Amino acid sequence: MTLLRTLLLSALMLGASHAVALIETYDFSNPELEARYQYLSDELRCPKCQNQNIADSNAPIAQDLRRLLHQQLESGASDDEVLEYMVDRYGEFVRYRPAFSGTAVLLWLAPILLLFGAVGVLIATLRSRPKNVSEGTALTAEDNARLQKLLNTTERDS
Amino acid sequence: MIPEIGHFALILAFCLSIILATVPAWGAWRGNSVAMALAPSLSVGILVFVTISFGCLATAFLQDDFSVALVASHSNTLLPAIYKFSAVWGNHEGSLVLWALILAMWTAAVALFSPQLPLLVLSRVLSVMGVIAVGFLSFSLITSNPFARLLPGAPADGNDLNPLLQDPGLIIHPPLLYMGYVGFSVAFAFAIAALLGGRLDASWARWSRPWTNIAWAFLTLGIMLGSWWAYYELGWGGWWFWDPVENASFMPWLAGTALIHSLAATEKRGLFKSWTVLLAIFAFSLSLLGTFLVRSGVLTSVHAFATDPDRGLFILVFLGLVVGGSLTLYAVRAPAVSSRVSFAWVSRESLLLFNNVVFLVATLTVLFGTLFPLIVDALGMGKVSVGPPYFNAVFVPLMALLVPGMVLGPVSRWKRDNAARWRGELLIPTAVAVLCGITFPLVHAPYNVWVALAVLLSSWLLVGLAKDFWGRLRSGSNTAAGLRRLTPGYCGMVIAHLGFAACVIGVVATSQYSIEHDLKMEPGDSRELAGYTFRFLDVGQVRGPNFIADEARFEVMQNGVQVALLNPQKRRYLASGSVMTEAAIDDGMFRDLFVAMGEPVGDNGAWAIRLHYKPMVRWMWLGAIMMAVGAFTATLDKRYRRERQTADERIGAAAHGV
Amino acid sequence: MSASGLQHMGSRLKLFLPLFLFVVLATILFRGLSLDPSEMPSALIDRPLPQFSLPALGAGRMLSSEDVSGEVALLNVWATWCISCRVEHPYLRQLADAGVPIFGLNYKDSDAAALRWLEELGNPYRLNIADREGTLGVDLGVYGAPETYLLDADGVVRYRHVGVVDENVWRTVLEPLYIELTRAENTP
Repeated sequence: MTLLRTLLLSALMLGASHAVALIETYDFSNPELEARYQYLSDELRCPKCQNQNIADSNAPIAQDLRRLLHQQLESGASDDEVLEYMVDRYGEFVRYRPAFSGTAVLLWLAPILLLFGAVGVLIATLRSRPKNVSEGTALTAEDNARLQKLLNTTERDS
Repeated sequence: MIPEIGHFALILAFCLSIILATVPAWGAWRGNSVAMALAPSLSVGILVFVTISFGCLATAFLQDDFSVALVASHSNTLLPAIYKFSAVWGNHEGSLVLWALILAMWTAAVALFSPQLPLLVLSRVLSVMGVIAVGFLSFSLITSNPFARLLPGAPADGNDLNPLLQDPGLIIHPPLLYMGYVGFSVAFAFAIAALLGGRLDASWARWSRPWTNIAWAFLTLGIMLGSWWAYYELGWGGWWFWDPVENASFMPWLAGTALIHSLAATEKRGLFKSWTVLLAIFAFSLSLLGTFLVRSGVLTSVHAFATDPDRGLFILVFLGLVVGGSLTLYAVRAPAVSSRVSFAWVSRESLLLFNNVVFLVATLTVLFGTLFPLIVDALGMGKVSVGPPYFNAVFVPLMALLVPGMVLGPVSRWKRDNAARWRGELLIPTAVAVLCGITFPLVHAPYNVWVALAVLLSSWLLVGLAKDFWGRLRSGSNTAAGLRRLTPGYCGMVIAHLGFAACVIGVVATSQYSIEHDLKMEPGDSRELAGYTFRFLDVGQVRGPNFIADEARFEVMQNGVQVALLNPQKRRYLASGSVMTEAAIDDGMFRDLFVAMGEPVGDNGAWAIRLHYKPMVRWMWLGAIMMAVGAFTATLDKRYRRERQTADERIGAAAHGV
Repeated sequence: MSASGLQHMGSRLKLFLPLFLFVVLATILFRGLSLDPSEMPSALIDRPLPQFSLPALGAGRMLSSEDVSGEVALLNVWATWCISCRVEHPYLRQLADAGVPIFGLNYKDSDAAALRWLEELGNPYRLNIADREGTLGVDLGVYGAPETYLLDADGVVRYRHVGVVDENVWRTVLEPLYIELTRAENTP
């Protein structure tokens, strides 16, 4: 069953050899569109590849989506509109930057929360410990002798 | 015959590792020196047999023994010999043997290069590493036998190695990477040994520090090589994609960086012992987690090996036992009563803690981002993707936070420093840095605030380090005394931190200033990019050892002077029929020029061509190399190489004694 | 228990936190082993079939979404360049013979090749939409052939299966849903 599944899966991925850089030449009516094209093709995920954006994949679907992207940009759609168009058809899966809604809110807030949380725990832990107030408890004679012996035999670290 | 010998050797190694995992540990528990003394010889024995096994597998590949299933699926008669050898680890089963080999090497190294370690501690450390070896060898033997045969009816020729892997990168990247995250098993073993021994003191930090530094250095190099390899091999000029497999190697690195800094505090001041032990467990757990992610098929990745949920289950169980076991041991044996806080808020200890906080948050963020699609799917809430846009957005600010700490760190004092002194130390570096940040657009237009910020942060680091370095050199009564103050430990730190600064510049400059164009060009055409003129001369056909290629010739000029001749290729590999672009790169210290061929367009010899201008991209990798060099340098510090026992080690041994 | 004893226990419990977090993680990973990360549910579930106006394969007339609604049916995305479609074809003919309405979406293919194919291998489709440019495919969220959509009588997409439809897939996944939808349609 696994073998069959693997065969079928590979047959599905027609031509999706993941490292051939398929380079298409699109003409853009102005350089700003080309910049947006490059930006958006990095933001969109190829729906069937093994984790590649549509810029880097040469799967047929990635080619189609790049062409579509070019069309959309030339017809004046904004970045948000283009992304919405793609998500409408392929689902949230196709966006590499999770939208700030639903569960993804937690994802976006996680770094800040973790940072403040860690710092908070750190401060609380250090504050709750007793401080080593005593700076100079006098050493006994025996300890002093032992100390001298240690100082003589141990090399000093830098 | 040879594959069978290899198989048998692997089984023998497995048996020896079972003995290593159990007998010396029992000996340590019972105080039986004979049992404990077995550990070093067992370690060497395991190394011998795993080496034999690996050698047999390599021989099978080199001799084109296609009756071995692995050779048949990943090799070919036309494959150049060096790639036949590296094909051994270009697949799941073979890479596991490499894992086992490198683990055996580290184990034997610990066994042979630790004369100052009390036998009680050494036996525990080696036993823990034996447990890990048991896990990986059993995984290999039970689920992923590399020596499986295709008998009867061995094919006449093999399927060929994936053309992407037919590259020098395959020869060094995996071994270096494995040296790194397998190496964290040593720090892990020391931590577990300390917990088992029930005494958590500063000497274990001294013992594990050199091992951890070396492992971290290798991991840095391994990751750097992976990035560089992707850059020149894949043809699209990218160098990091936050792919789950890439993150799987990056997370141990992040935790490892926290660990090497925490170990510094534990070694010098005996602080944070419990926390450092936890970090050591965490770093290696991330290595094991990485192994799981890469081989179980739980996350989609371009780098993943042929995945199999059954194998995934095996690793997960192993992960559960090792990590679960070690965290339970930690919970039960780590000191619950914390040591007194013996440092002020303004001190080097605080800065190291801050470093740990940032790296811990970074590690957890990357972990959460990598697993988020899985979590959402597991909760039945649909399918989402988390990719470079997210990771870049959250990771970069975290790294920027580190820099003020890095500037203060080297000049700060242990235990108690004062804020006024810090302000004084910071004055000149800050002034210079701000100046650099503001004036840099005079050097490069257009002005970019991110690059300016990167310049500010990096020059802040540079000036701070230079000032401290100079100060140390001048502080002695004469030059010799001053030079003596520049210990390997200190120099290593300086080099590594400078490497970080170089990395920052490289990453930000290349992300912000790269220019890329996809153009249609015919022979004779010229195009301008970033002040360079690319002239397409002609296209011809070339033959390689196992491919045929269309090769284009490009001439790059700047201000009328020829700067480079580039020959990108479009290769078709004969055995598999797959087509690959081989980009041509003119590398320089301050910029890379990149040309790649797409498809032929139209009928008159025109091609789709990608031109890239990538400034400062080499600084990123050079920075990483510097970080590794710094870590290696720090290990040379003579306090780790003391042959004769000193007083505190004798005391340490006595304290650990029965 | 004394105050310091409680504090002692409290700090000991804190040390169990990493273990607890790991157990949570391991549970998620275990769950993940039985999931398929490449499986992608259609974004169009419970939404009507997109509007389109494309020619019927081999015939001159234009088709629209009305032509594929009216009864619970399968919409099969196929092409002659797709090897798996060839593998799936005989079973589709079986289903068609058993009375399951199947519409075809000939995806990014040439009409001549498609017609030849159908002549050679038989035609299980009520009708075929010739989507030469793949525009309907994009609107549906198709990312590779073969894919099969299950539509209800009002032309609303209820399920999408990616890959070959064989006996196993039909029995375990598509048939139960098909029966349920047909029953829902027939009860007033």
